[in-house]
Amino acid sequence: MSQVTSPQQLAYIAGQAADARVNIELETEGMTLNIGPQHPATHGTLRVIVRLDGERVVAAEPVMGYMHRGYEKLAEVRTYPQVTTLVNRIDWLGSFANEVPFILAAERLMEVEAPPRAKWIRTALFELSRIANVVLFLGDMGVQLGAITPVFLAFRDREFVLNQIESVTGGRFHPNFDRIGGLKDDLPKGWIEETKGVLDRIRSFCDEMETLVAGNEIFQSRTRGIGVIPADIGLSYGLSGANIRASGVDWDLRRDSDVGLAHGELDWKVWTHPDGDSFSRYWVRLQEVREACRMVEQCLDGIPAGPIMAKVPRIIKVPAGEAYVETENPLGVMGYYVVSKGDLVPYRVKIRSASFNNVSITPWLLKGVYVPDVISILASLYFILGDIDR
Amino acid sequence: MSRPTLKLPGLLKGLGVTIRTLFRTITRGAHTVQYPRVKESPTPRARGVIALHEENCTSCMLCARECPDWCIYIEGHKYLAPPRRPGGKPRQKNALDRFDIDYALCMFCGICVEVCPFEALFWTPEFEYSEPRIADLLHDKSLLGKWMETVPEFEDYEPGAEVKKAKVPR
Amino acid sequence: MNTLTFAIELAYWQQTTIRAIVGLVAVLIPAGTLVYLFLFKMMSFMQSRLGPMEAGPYGSLQLLAEVGKFLQKEDVIPRQADRVVFKAAPFVVLISTFLLVLVIPAGPDAIFIDIDTGIFLALAVSSISVIGILMAGWASSSKYSLLGGLRAAGQLIAYELPLVLAVMGVVIQAGTLNVQGIVMAQAEGEIFGYGGIGNPFIFTQFLGFLIFLVAVQAELTQPPFDMPVAESEIVTGYLTEYTGMRFLLFFIGEFATAGIFSALAATLFLGGWYLPGFDPSDNLFNVIGPLVLMGKVILVAFLIFWFRFTYPRFREDQLQTLAWKVLIPLSLINIVITGVLKVLV
Repeated sequence: MSQVTSPQQLAYIAGQAADARVNIELETEGMTLNIGPQHPATHGTLRVIVRLDGERVVAAEPVMGYMHRGYEKLAEVRTYPQVTTLVNRIDWLGSFANEVPFILAAERLMEVEAPPRAKWIRTALFELSRIANVVLFLGDMGVQLGAITPVFLAFRDREFVLNQIESVTGGRFHPNFDRIGGLKDDLPKGWIEETKGVLDRIRSFCDEMETLVAGNEIFQSRTRGIGVIPADIGLSYGLSGANIRASGVDWDLRRDSDVGLAHGELDWKVWTHPDGDSFSRYWVRLQEVREACRMVEQCLDGIPAGPIMAKVPRIIKVPAGEAYVETENPLGVMGYYVVSKGDLVPYRVKIRSASFNNVSITPWLLKGVYVPDVISILASLYFILGDIDR
Repeated sequence: MSRPTLKLPGLLKGLGVTIRTLFRTITRGAHTVQYPRVKESPTPRARGVIALHEENCTSCMLCARECPDWCIYIEGHKYLAPPRRPGGKPRQKNALDRFDIDYALCMFCGICVEVCPFEALFWTPEFEYSEPRIADLLHDKSLLGKWMETVPEFEDYEPGAEVKKAKVPR
Repeated sequence: MNTLTFAIELAYWQQTTIRAIVGLVAVLIPAGTLVYLFLFKMMSFMQSRLGPMEAGPYGSLQLLAEVGKFLQKEDVIPRQADRVVFKAAPFVVLISTFLLVLVIPAGPDAIFIDIDTGIFLALAVSSISVIGILMAGWASSSKYSLLGGLRAAGQLIAYELPLVLAVMGVVIQAGTLNVQGIVMAQAEGEIFGYGGIGNPFIFTQFLGFLIFLVAVQAELTQPPFDMPVAESEIVTGYLTEYTGMRFLLFFIGEFATAGIFSALAATLFLGGWYLPGFDPSDNLFNVIGPLVLMGKVILVAFLIFWFRFTYPRFREDQLQTLAWKVLIPLSLINIVITGVLKVLV
């Protein structure tokens, strides 16, 4: 497949890059360039070492770990509500979605099921966090490619979604709202009507993005045919989410697995695209935002009346056992493997984060592309550093 | 690689979007507010700062124990209160000496407010309490009591909810 | 200036001082206006926000605040940079701007030098900035800067040709290389016999106008042609190592050049300082000519910046393809058609 990853070659690259201060090396065979860790293009502190020949990439290697915060170790000494708070901060753009698989895993161990009202509101908030996350991507891919206006429009319209999340949970970015057995509190009066108004704004934002970015010929000539990921290669690297659906693989955990959210009772469709290039990844995510708006609307219309929390003891001690739950988060498939020994704190929490696998394809993908295309490809893969490094 | 085509419609439509936003901002104003001249108030549930209702606190230490950052400092002592009726046993009660929350450490998770069994802690949407010195971010008992004035009443719930609305003790 | 009769006799050194001051003002006033109107306000309004509002009423003094900010920054030069070349690069870029303003008329007599090859001088002088950018890219001794400098060299040289060829159509139609002559040809011309609004060349040279605008966008390294300064990739390219006052020189230079090129476009295609309805040799135009020209500059600059804020950027090879395979053939066709029509009609 690729002869990039021979240890000697990597050692050479690493040696060159480790010394990447300001020095001018006009080697005619290749120049080693360090993209990051401080760089406007990488979403955070990702370092990509590329070896260039003129403007073509010969070899590339991502170096992760600049933002490692030790979540899995911290989780060993935190009670379940405290871990819920911590876990918000993994994928900080769509943060409610991080809590959901963890809470579902703990509920599976406790053999507690959340009441239907909690299930539906959980799904609505889950899809709202997907909207908040992917709306930023739609604007951000523009700015990676040079169009500075879409990202401001994205932030503007994302504010409305965050305000809605704040009205319910109290926090815009870190809701900390999911509890074992249900949700912390119920919806305030008027929230459903307001949220429907916000969804209209998001729909008009999607139309704007389609005109301003996706329909732009310059954008299309920068992204069509760039960074093509064949379906089998993508699956073998463990890509998930919109990245793999843009290569034609019809796989979505919301439809294909039943974890305890209300997706099975909603009417929605999974979007795929046959090419596997950067443009199709953008397009699939654009359609997913529109689909998420439809889903939230159906959720809001169908919330059943009832309690918001099942009967759980005040001090939660999860019985011994292990459970693995994965859900279709905005970035991809996120899973929590919770091992409990019957304590107040989990014994071990293993977090399967989507972006870690999404970034692992970069050595294969970046071979032979131009430097500007490196940025376009990294932008289209859409990773969040908190998700990669945890 | 790929040749830029000269199909114009997409390019022109993109121009339309920006010019429309330009005119919208000129005629209907921007989406931003000029803080600090104009202040938007956050929603009632927004997690701004924590207020303490001292009468309800029995220094049970649950909040200090559950805080993930260990930013609550509580000191109390026991004292003997006079018996409820004459001739009875004197009652042992807790008195609160010190209740500090260090907002330099607090991560605004709300676990302390949630686990308090006596409803002594409340969230308020007040957020303008930044200080020039970090040491001043340690709010003591009296300041936490003053924040009680900013605590809004609990909101009504959507129809269909079975949760009862709580009351804020004043 | 030397044909204008003054009420008082001025000595030669006094005339030179006035010319120097007017030249400085002629470059800096458009630069400041463009920065405020378009960069601070128009870009912000297109992004649903208000832009700087604190410094002065509606943020009008923000540029002065920025100048003050840049002035008090530390002067950092990378250790391995070539010091002389590094320091000289911003000035070389600015030289081309100041030389360009010499030939643009702001009134029938308000011109620095009125030579018969005015346009030729303008186009020749505008290429000097390429050297400045290459100097900046090389002397910074950083890989990012070098990449930016090389990209800039390729791009700017490639887009010189459509620029020149688009102007050729105007020259053929006007019949002269003298810039004042071109303005007069537009002022005194007629459209199908109707002489009310003169004959601004934008009607007949519409293709040339578009090519000129695209080439100017590329010469200024503005999006969609800002590969050399691709901010999200190579962190402002050749400008990466410039901080403080040196960066401000580049920044003001960029906007001054934008203003001057817009003035050139306004002169060649929109009629320069001429306002229809008045006699072109009227002395009134020496007073209101600069204002009329400024208005037309704002119009052309509006188009340039509108494209800048809307479009993503081209990749380097797409950029070159556009220049060599699309713009140059189109401008050659434009010249042929203009020449044929000039002889026949």
